[in-house]
Amino acid sequence: MNPFSFLTQMLRIAVPYLFAAGGGVIAERSGIISLGLEGFMLTGAFTATLGAHYSGSPWIGVLTGILGGLLFGLIHAIATIRYRADQVVVGIALNLLAVGTTRFFLKLAFASSSNSPRINGFAVNSAAYGFDNPLLWMGLLTAPVLAFLLYRTRYGLRVRAVGEHPEAAESVGIKVARVRYVAVALSGILAGLGGVYLALDQHQFTDQMTAGRGFIAVAAVIFGRWDPVRAALACLLFAAAETLQIQLQGNHVVASQFIEMIPYLLTIIALAGVVGRAVPPAALGKMER
Amino acid sequence: MTSEFREKLEEALFPPFVALLVALICGDLLIMSYGQSPSSVYRLLIEGTWGNAYGFGQVLYKTTTLAFTGLAVSLGIRAGLFNVGAESQLAAGGFLAALVGLALSPAIPGFVAIPLCMIAAAAGGAVVGAIPGYLRVRFGAHEVIVTIMLNFVVLALLNWFIANHLHVPETLHTPEIRAGVVPRLSQYIPAFHGSAANLTIILALIVAALVWFGLFRTRRGYELRAVGLQPDAAEYGGVNVGGIWFRALTTSGAIAGLGGINYVLGYKHYYEDGFAGGSGFLGIAVALVGRNHPVGVILAALFFATLSQGGLAIHAFVPKQMVEVLQGVVILAVAMSVPEVRQALRLARKPAKA
Amino acid sequence: MTASPQQQTAQPGAIISMQRIDKSFGPVQANRDASLQVMPGEIHALVGENGAGKSTLMRILGGLMKPDGGMVEVNGRDVTGWSTNEAIDAGIGVVHQHFMLVPTLTVAENIVLGHEPLKNGMFDAARAIADVTALSSETGLAVSPARKISELSVGEAQRVEILKTLFRGAKILVLDEPTAVLSPPEVKELWTVLRRLRDAGGTIVLITHRLDEVMDLSDTITVMRAGRTIERLKTSATNPAEIARAMVGRDVALMSREAAAFGEVPAVGADRVYPPNDFSAALEVTDLVVTGARNTRVVDGVTFAIQPGEILGIAGVEGNGQTELIEAIAGLRKSVTGNIRIAGHDITDADVAERREAGLSHIPEDRHRRGLILDYSIADNLLLGLQSEFSRKGVLDADRIADNAQTMIESFDIRPPSPELPARALSGGNQQKVVIAREMGQDFTVLLASQPTRGVDVGAIEFIHDRLRAARAANKAILLVSAELNEVLALADRVAVMYRGRFAVVMPASEATEDVLGEYMIGTRKVSAA
Repeated sequence: MNPFSFLTQMLRIAVPYLFAAGGGVIAERSGIISLGLEGFMLTGAFTATLGAHYSGSPWIGVLTGILGGLLFGLIHAIATIRYRADQVVVGIALNLLAVGTTRFFLKLAFASSSNSPRINGFAVNSAAYGFDNPLLWMGLLTAPVLAFLLYRTRYGLRVRAVGEHPEAAESVGIKVARVRYVAVALSGILAGLGGVYLALDQHQFTDQMTAGRGFIAVAAVIFGRWDPVRAALACLLFAAAETLQIQLQGNHVVASQFIEMIPYLLTIIALAGVVGRAVPPAALGKMER
Repeated sequence: MTSEFREKLEEALFPPFVALLVALICGDLLIMSYGQSPSSVYRLLIEGTWGNAYGFGQVLYKTTTLAFTGLAVSLGIRAGLFNVGAESQLAAGGFLAALVGLALSPAIPGFVAIPLCMIAAAAGGAVVGAIPGYLRVRFGAHEVIVTIMLNFVVLALLNWFIANHLHVPETLHTPEIRAGVVPRLSQYIPAFHGSAANLTIILALIVAALVWFGLFRTRRGYELRAVGLQPDAAEYGGVNVGGIWFRALTTSGAIAGLGGINYVLGYKHYYEDGFAGGSGFLGIAVALVGRNHPVGVILAALFFATLSQGGLAIHAFVPKQMVEVLQGVVILAVAMSVPEVRQALRLARKPAKA
Repeated sequence: MTASPQQQTAQPGAIISMQRIDKSFGPVQANRDASLQVMPGEIHALVGENGAGKSTLMRILGGLMKPDGGMVEVNGRDVTGWSTNEAIDAGIGVVHQHFMLVPTLTVAENIVLGHEPLKNGMFDAARAIADVTALSSETGLAVSPARKISELSVGEAQRVEILKTLFRGAKILVLDEPTAVLSPPEVKELWTVLRRLRDAGGTIVLITHRLDEVMDLSDTITVMRAGRTIERLKTSATNPAEIARAMVGRDVALMSREAAAFGEVPAVGADRVYPPNDFSAALEVTDLVVTGARNTRVVDGVTFAIQPGEILGIAGVEGNGQTELIEAIAGLRKSVTGNIRIAGHDITDADVAERREAGLSHIPEDRHRRGLILDYSIADNLLLGLQSEFSRKGVLDADRIADNAQTMIESFDIRPPSPELPARALSGGNQQKVVIAREMGQDFTVLLASQPTRGVDVGAIEFIHDRLRAARAANKAILLVSAELNEVLALADRVAVMYRGRFAVVMPASEATEDVLGEYMIGTRKVSAA
């Protein structure tokens, strides 16, 4: 096993996680539970495919993918902020809705139940090991950019205030709802970008292609204690385990199913506080009546 | 009808009503985007589900599983807990039922074998439900995330069992179970010939009745609902809140696990990897639309089952995926309308009480 | 001192003028024709008991809520119904009782929140720290700008809250019960700060119910009671007793006359002093210690005994440990050391259900949080705590529950008399009657009655008092905690004053008057606990 090829494969697997976990971090730091990342990602993948297919250009695909993720993010925001619907239910509903709508429009647009026609991804020179895909760089940059946003900008300060003590923020004139709308919209865009990467990397959209990656992102957010850089490290850890499993495929050292379980088991352990407590933002999920 | 009962009914029925309206409008849009006429598609949907015996049988079959998962989730919500793990509890229940069924000799009569399998199914689900229960009580770990994560863990584990040990070659299911076969409805009502509907639906109705009785007529049910409504008052009333939480999640898991019987013993007579097929998550929708009441849950299960089967019936005209879209829309609409309706009704009622 | 409210006439030159303010929350009227006149450059104390309406009035001033009626003027300008932002811009700074600080952010970040300094579009943390440091030295309010709020002591956190308002240019400072959470040295520090701010030209409104603070610090005092403004006094021209009387209100003499009118029930003042007797005490508490937040001793070694047929009333300003004392006896809070016995049975380690079994009943001070499940029916609420007794083999006995509800509704005159009505639909008085019906309708040895008539209309108050007296006549022991001094005086056989976690004094009711008790309540008189 070549360490370089391990690293490059690991990074490519990590990209969707990095995007989606970034989105999860910003939304949850503002106090909104983010379980719809899977749905955002799937929608982004599909709309990206539509855009790339009809225009022939992957960059248009990126644009439409962002719009798709943004749309679902806004639905989540309106339902939970304006209508105060239960945030867990909304997340799960959007995941189901994403599966349904992508399937429906897959049939409508491409007359298929399983996949779209092939689309142009970013020209990948195999000698470049995937590093010529701009989305890879964007994915890697998500964590530092978010960390900067969260800890160095005025908006980030407000997000942190709103997620911990919305009444205090309200009392100094900050519009809590607006801060949250932006955060959730961002999470839609970022998770959508994760889907864009998937679709363009695989050069097509397949039914339910996200395959639970959105939930691994949730696991990374929690395991990373709602910090962008730590969540990104968690993503890399999970991606490393996955890469290990793929590369050891033939050896049957450990069955693939057990490698699959790692992110989820780690998160449960983190929640139980066995290895230090994972304490969420204080106002996460609570809505003032 | 007392005014209190009517008020409760109003608050309970408004959101699903709103949701139905939204679903109809959405359905119209989707159908028209396919160039079809909504009224003819809806007529086809009704005909294909409640209009013929086979279709209705399929509806009953799907209702059964959803009833179990819906009851499971609603019981948790009554205790103030969100069980998102019905999917893996259902699968674990079916798995254990299959194990017991395979282990028993076919010579053992049904009325012995089936109850044994049922106990196994309930136990399987209960174990999966007990884990988040314990973690919540002991560590304060939020059951939403634990159950979501545990879903993946358990399903992966079950997949491993099947793929590596128990499967019939070229498939992902166990060998056929001879002991503990639950008869199809078509055995008693020939009109249902060909449909998967089986006697497990009777079990579902019994469990619904038991849940109703347990919640509203027993001491533990009183305490459980109290914990869900106002844990501080329950504690004041001498209730062991942590104990209730643990038992609620465990029981919730057991009920979901029992649902596995429907597929494993009543339909295919084997355990198949992935048989749960999203019924666990739909159970959340069923509980929500059914307003967490056993009667509502049964009705909501019927509704979602009808939608699901209806999708197949209209497949020639509109892709059955439309139904999946409608499911998501209905859940969103109900979730959004519940707080609004509650607030609106409270404001409307205020002047009457001084 | 009469009980009728006085109309406050507008003072010329007042910096704050609030007149005829009305504010209701559903059936509860928090402000009723209330008024406040504050002159510039003074420290003005707004006093009254819990629920008198002080906080509501200040919230209206601060723009957190709009009044239903009345007028608010600041600096001569009509600002009725303005927003928090407008209030902040006009120079009003509110320091809330429960701090509005984000625990995970630093001092500087909290202070500049909402008006953050920017450099090149980014948050300028260095500038924030510099600005805060400058303001801190200017005002003498010492803080460490880079530390997280969660690491600060309460006194420090309060200074941050004050700095927050000053940072926004507050010239009028409103402090809501600022000393409730401070230790005596921290209180002294706060006094110095407030005086300095006043001397620098600021105006301060201090909401408090601690009379020692009022006397020490203020220039003018406004007394509120039951939503109304009662009196406006010059501090130099008054004394604690006069203030206490204005705060406490309902004529004590009036009360005891009504009590005597009930006939068999003994009148107030009858000497029923029972020295603690180990062998017949209904409730015995020995050396009870309960710790609260930050490991402070909120109950600091309390010892007492109550005999059957006796009411022991605990008077005292809220926040001196009464709540925790009751919770510890009830089993809702753990005690650190000490002993609790009911009729000789040690229940120190018993859980809530076991204590009920041993004969303990409890009317909790917060009926919405503890005493009732608002979405449950009256009939179901009458079971809370008793559900095992109303069930057989785990199944609830519907007939007995219905009978019980009927009986209770009738004997306690609960209205409307529909057992299936959710408790949410009842008025405060009737809700309390449900709690009392349940707690007093069963067989008990000791009753803990905590604020039993809070938020209850006058008719129901008399009813409840009557019931308490009847229980005493039936040889029950009652531990009464009430922030309403006259209620304690009307009902108790012996009166204890709780001050800072201890019984400052225990005396027979015949010797207890507001003047005497008042001094123990504000800590100016001390005697070792009886």
